[in-house]
Amino acid sequence: MSAIPVQAAPADALRVRDLSVGFAAGGRVLTAVDGVSFDLVPGETLALLGESGCGKSATALALLRLLPDAGRILGGRAELGGDDLLALPPARLRDVRGNRLAMIFQEPATSLNPVLTVGQQIGEVLARHLGLAGEAARARSEALLRQVGIADPAARLAAYPFQLSGGMKQRVMIAIALAAEPRFLLADEPTTALDVTIQAQILALLRDLQAQRGMGMLLITHDLGVVAEAAHRVGVMYAGQLIETGRRDDFFRRPAHPYTQALFAALPDVARRGRRLLALPGQVPTLARMPAGCRFAPRCPKAFARCGSEAPAWWPVPGAEEGGQQVRCHLYDPAEAARYREAFPSAPEPAVAGCGTDAAAMVTAGQDAATPAASDAPGAAPLLDVQDLQVHFPIRRGLFKRTVGWVKAVDGVSLHLERGRTLALVGESGCGKTTVGKGILRLLRPTRGEVALAGRLVPDHGRQALAPFRRQMQMVFQDPFASLNPRLTVGAILLEGMTALGLPGGKPGAAEREAAVAALLDQVGLPAEAAYRYPHEFSGGQRQRIAIARALAVQPDLLVCDEPTSALDVSVQAQILNLLAELQERLGLAYLFITHNFAVVEYLAHEVAVMYLGRIVERGTVDEVLRDPRHPYTRTLLAAVPRIAAAGEGAVGNVASPGETPSPANPPAGCHFQPRCPEADAACRARYPEETRLSPTRVVHCHRWAGKDVPPMLDK
Amino acid sequence: MFAYLVRRLAYAVPILLGVNLLTFALFFVVNTPDDMARMQLGVKRVTAEAIAKWKAERGYDKPLFFNGAADGTAKLTDTIFYAKSARMFVGDFGAAEDGRDIAREIATRIGPSTALAVPTFIVGLLVTVSAALLLAFVRGTRLDFWGVVACVAAMSVSGLFYIIFGQWLFSKALRLVPISGYADGLSAFKFLVLPVAIGVVAGLGSSIRWYRTLFIEEIGKDYVRTARAKGLGEGTVLFRHVLKNAMIPILTGVVVVIPQLFLGSLLMESFFGIPGLGSYTIDAINAQDFSVVRAMVFIGSVLYIAGLILTDLSYTLVDPRVRFD
Repeated sequence: MSAIPVQAAPADALRVRDLSVGFAAGGRVLTAVDGVSFDLVPGETLALLGESGCGKSATALALLRLLPDAGRILGGRAELGGDDLLALPPARLRDVRGNRLAMIFQEPATSLNPVLTVGQQIGEVLARHLGLAGEAARARSEALLRQVGIADPAARLAAYPFQLSGGMKQRVMIAIALAAEPRFLLADEPTTALDVTIQAQILALLRDLQAQRGMGMLLITHDLGVVAEAAHRVGVMYAGQLIETGRRDDFFRRPAHPYTQALFAALPDVARRGRRLLALPGQVPTLARMPAGCRFAPRCPKAFARCGSEAPAWWPVPGAEEGGQQVRCHLYDPAEAARYREAFPSAPEPAVAGCGTDAAAMVTAGQDAATPAASDAPGAAPLLDVQDLQVHFPIRRGLFKRTVGWVKAVDGVSLHLERGRTLALVGESGCGKTTVGKGILRLLRPTRGEVALAGRLVPDHGRQALAPFRRQMQMVFQDPFASLNPRLTVGAILLEGMTALGLPGGKPGAAEREAAVAALLDQVGLPAEAAYRYPHEFSGGQRQRIAIARALAVQPDLLVCDEPTSALDVSVQAQILNLLAELQERLGLAYLFITHNFAVVEYLAHEVAVMYLGRIVERGTVDEVLRDPRHPYTRTLLAAVPRIAAAGEGAVGNVASPGETPSPANPPAGCHFQPRCPEADAACRARYPEETRLSPTRVVHCHRWAGKDVPPMLDK
Repeated sequence: MFAYLVRRLAYAVPILLGVNLLTFALFFVVNTPDDMARMQLGVKRVTAEAIAKWKAERGYDKPLFFNGAADGTAKLTDTIFYAKSARMFVGDFGAAEDGRDIAREIATRIGPSTALAVPTFIVGLLVTVSAALLLAFVRGTRLDFWGVVACVAAMSVSGLFYIIFGQWLFSKALRLVPISGYADGLSAFKFLVLPVAIGVVAGLGSSIRWYRTLFIEEIGKDYVRTARAKGLGEGTVLFRHVLKNAMIPILTGVVVVIPQLFLGSLLMESFFGIPGLGSYTIDAINAQDFSVVRAMVFIGSVLYIAGLILTDLSYTLVDPRVRFD
């Protein structure tokens, strides 16, 4: 490779050159990171962006030589203050770890030692690198916890990780990483496991600390929104290679590599409603079978002959300043100028369906997307009608395990959903949205409340009595890896439901069964041969297709989709969302779509219900709720979503809302949201707000809107 | 915590009653009171009268569970089960069929049993945990590989082989220690060295392999990576982070057997002629002495339940997440 896409870096930078990492598998070493070079400059955040398996985490782990046992560093250098981290003897490397170069990890729940206190875990770093012990170490730990925004730090030092929430654990993790005042920080998906409001808090914290201390930060993420919020520069990785680098603003203004452009185009968004998302064909190549030439060529819509044979060099993006945005793509080779103009007609600004255009679209989309509300057919019995659903779990204590209280996971939820429509149930983890789904399907026995399906009441229990309803409603689960039985073939998985419910496909001869399975697989875009294979032979996206086919096998009218795309990469998510939209159109399915992802809601849903601590706080059409949120919690949630729209203009920085979701076992008095609500007053602390109907389709539970109901005659 | 203990102890009562009923029923499925009498009286010169007399003297002439001939509650109390088994709940084990008091017998035999079992247990635990930590430390190397091979080989050899080979080598060929027997006080040492050593060696293979797996599983966890990212040395990582977490599953298997150490070892005591509770039980089974078997099974289940409760309590010591209330 000719040019290395880095500027003349300052002397105190962390300079990574030609880093290659492999993983030993079955006697071979497969290359996972191939010749990656970048500079991490103090005072700057470099985001490494890519989908799962692209090698971004392996890159960071290799710098600290923390790769798993199978990992091997195959080559390259990582220079930090005259030392090559990749060649330092172990003892000297340990002096660097946690001292000059620290790291925070994705999963705060597992990254802290469960049997040591917070104080012990911070103290270790202070003792190791600063020689602090006793009172000095304690005072220092307290100061660190205060800096990362933990209230009552003295008491928290004695706490064990399990006593802290996920957001708090990640704050502790950050405190540990910052304990020895490192010059550089590696953050490996630091907010991926967190709720959106907590993610906003943690990103703001990292941004502030990075700026205050002038640290160089490597932020590894798959989320374009996170990049927009926190990065100064961006590097995009694909199949183990860096393929595009540039300043954030340039990058968001015009992503250059066809892969990057595809990533932007795959984002679900309200502006793309009713249209298919751009879903890249195929999958990321496996480590064992890397294409020759450009690794993206087999999936690239703009590929030509040269791409298949010759690996592209780095080229500056036209119009970029000296040492600015660079891309590894033949189209940017001056020798291919003709092709470049053909591929990007409006050059030098390669006009992609990127964020800049979407930002404009989002503002005006309010009117365009208002169609769903209009198509509401008043009077018809809804397909799904849920009245006052409650699911309470007992808390048992004492000698005789008496019930001393209830965790009110779902506390009086009412919903209705028409045929062929999508209702999104939105909320943060622990709000009870999944429990609502399970309660409706009777996978859990509700404490109270009624569920009617097409006008018929669903019984509380009883296999026989429930069988006809099981046929009508099915569920697609979050994790396609855990929800399919690994010991059954795909065919057997699909037939199981039909047989259990006595459906035609389950009964007759082998030929009919095979045909039924093939038809189902075809419906979700899989070949008929898939029936004879086992789930582990499929990728995440394909498995979710199988899970959808399994749910469709009994020809239901209602699908409860529980975060069906949250375990998938953006480009694969686009495929699944396209499939769901297409199936709804063709089969008239209704979806109860449980999610925390507002982009998916905007793209797919007609109505949306926002849940907080077991209750719905606001409900209405997508346009009403997302464009003009009335409940302060809905506003908080929407404000916390990292948006890529503004990044091109350089305006970032959300106001992170304070506090965390309280436990549903002990909800706050009055309105559940009042302790976190900026507008709370005495009335909010006194009693839970009644339902206020703001429009025929929208209700909100908030004292601020009390008495502002629409006149009853407008109400259907 | 207190409520938890009380509840667990209350659960123990029906369990013990069930164990008691089951042992009683099983014993009398294969034996009748007549068989017992014949066995005790000797095979020669046994008359029907002698058997009837033996049974009457010891209360074995009653029905097993239900006495239809008696009145009221006596229908249940005037039975062999009630007379022989129920009183064990208050600690009264009665006399063996040969007339000796079981409680006194247990008191004298518990000493030799613990003298053998406790050192075997402690030395075994130390050796296995250290060896497993060592293998985990050098995981992936040739030492680790051959260590695991040695463990599998050691597991594959029968325990009896270790006993017989050990006795042959150290007692017969090398004449270092007596082949079997027991003495009180300090002189017990020379009788105990060999059985303790053999007891430790016989258990090494499976335990080391199991603990090594636990350690390596812990080493692969995220918090260990965090500890390394702090710049801690491998020794600190292993002892401070890994060992403390791996102790949680290890305790499950270890604490439960501690109370049962008092019961001694059936095999070792019989082979080495140590007059402990293990050989007592074996002898009683051979002699069809139901009173002793019943008492030992009862004590065994009491100790097992105690072990389970202790295991739960020990979790609160090593795992801050576990609290009973």
